[in-house]
Amino acid sequence: MDDFLLRALLAGLGVALVAGPLGAFVVWRKMAYFGDTLAHAALLGVALGFLLDFNTNLGVVVVCVLLALLLVAMQQKQKLANDTLLGILSHSTLSMGLIALAFMETLRVDLMSYLFGDILAVSNTDLYWIFGCAAVALTVLVLIWRPLLAITVHEELARVEGVPVTWVKLALMLLIAIVIAVAMKVVGILLITSLLIIPAATARTFARNPEQMAVLAALIGCIAVSGGLFASLEWDLPAGPAIVVSAAALFFSAPWWLKLNRNKTKRNAE
Amino acid sequence: MDKKILIETRNVCLTLDGKKILDQVDIRLHQGEIVTLIGPNGAGKSTLVRVILGLIKPDSGEVRLTPKLRIGYMPQRLTIDPVLPLTVRRFLTLAQRCSESKLLEALTEVGAQRLLDSAMQTLSGGETQRVLLARAILRDPDLLILDEPVQGVDVTGQEELYRLISTIRKRHGCGILMISHDLHMVMSATDQVLCLNRHVCCSGHPDSVRVDPSYVALFGKMPVITPYSHQHDHSHDAHGDIVKDDHEGCKHG
Repeated sequence: MDDFLLRALLAGLGVALVAGPLGAFVVWRKMAYFGDTLAHAALLGVALGFLLDFNTNLGVVVVCVLLALLLVAMQQKQKLANDTLLGILSHSTLSMGLIALAFMETLRVDLMSYLFGDILAVSNTDLYWIFGCAAVALTVLVLIWRPLLAITVHEELARVEGVPVTWVKLALMLLIAIVIAVAMKVVGILLITSLLIIPAATARTFARNPEQMAVLAALIGCIAVSGGLFASLEWDLPAGPAIVVSAAALFFSAPWWLKLNRNKTKRNAE
Repeated sequence: MDKKILIETRNVCLTLDGKKILDQVDIRLHQGEIVTLIGPNGAGKSTLVRVILGLIKPDSGEVRLTPKLRIGYMPQRLTIDPVLPLTVRRFLTLAQRCSESKLLEALTEVGAQRLLDSAMQTLSGGETQRVLLARAILRDPDLLILDEPVQGVDVTGQEELYRLISTIRKRHGCGILMISHDLHMVMSATDQVLCLNRHVCCSGHPDSVRVDPSYVALFGKMPVITPYSHQHDHSHDAHGDIVKDDHEGCKHG
């Protein structure tokens, strides 16, 4: 296998492994639009990274976290519905990012690769970032798993039972920001949310408990990445969108798989 | 009465969005005592409970809880989205890890031992309330705070739940603060009823509150509905199974 292909596959698997379990929480807590908003703001982080001359990954994480904090503050003050606020922040930050990038004409930035990902151009340094971040994010997720699940089921009950709700929620936002920063390379900022929610939503069909759903989501994400990369290679498709389409194909065929499996067990039983 | 005071509030005031919700509310709850909060919709019952739980800060006034008070809380509503696969077992261990035997013990106490591996979303209203009670009991509480524990439960179910709550009080010796919708459904074991309408209108034993002028002014003189009391020779548990009455054969004076 070519080097660049191996790197692409590893990068995709690394992102899928952490996006799956985290995506389960995005689905349970109805945060899909929130994830989308952070992803759109990521472009602003990239631009700031270039402008201020520091690591763009770090720039993305910083901007995402600031945006998340701003959102929490606005939710408490404003009387607007949550999705309206998210819509305002999502598109204004994306536009600000585009404007900031336009200012840097001396620097040639491949905008398309940020919007839709450029997994075939992943470098070794990118791989270190992806696996480093994935390892940290998964560790933190395991540590806060029980309290996070508790506040997802009933926030006030969890608070009365002693869960530090604000800290746990902040940790979740930070994790989402980190995953967005590293997933940008693979599918691009416009498609990141799909890697969070499609594998998790697919996993729901088969899962019996929260932990199963998280593990299955990681697994399904890995299958989607492999399938997408293969299709991209075989038919010369753009890699990022191919991964998302392959995830969607898994999602739509999931009920059918379940049915097939049930019939099989029935036949075996007879 | 020299029993320990678990909760004491003094002059608690709270204004939300320019609307006065609580106005100089004083309440007191002793160990092993059952206090029921009643009042019309929007009277601030749930808000007062939230203030006591520390979920909302009052604008002024004092809330004093016994140090290291362990509270078991049963919220008014629990809706779990079907997208989250969650069994009763997993729900009960969200707060803390605990052994299988302890789980079963708590579920048996509330008469829901059969539900251990059911999905939370498949439970009926009454079953959900029982599971919530089990989660509260598992914390080995000094105080139970129940926000409308019998809502969404049919009349026989309500009676049964009240009986269960009173048994729990006896067994665990904990104080109970609960919200009830109206006086007719206040459980008979209540020691004190507090009628709340932003401020405490009146308080006392259920029978004395019923004839209190400020209670009558608030709720009107409703015809007292006497529930038809049927002479059971058996009763049903949460699953509809026939169980023998534990006071079978004894004569009440």
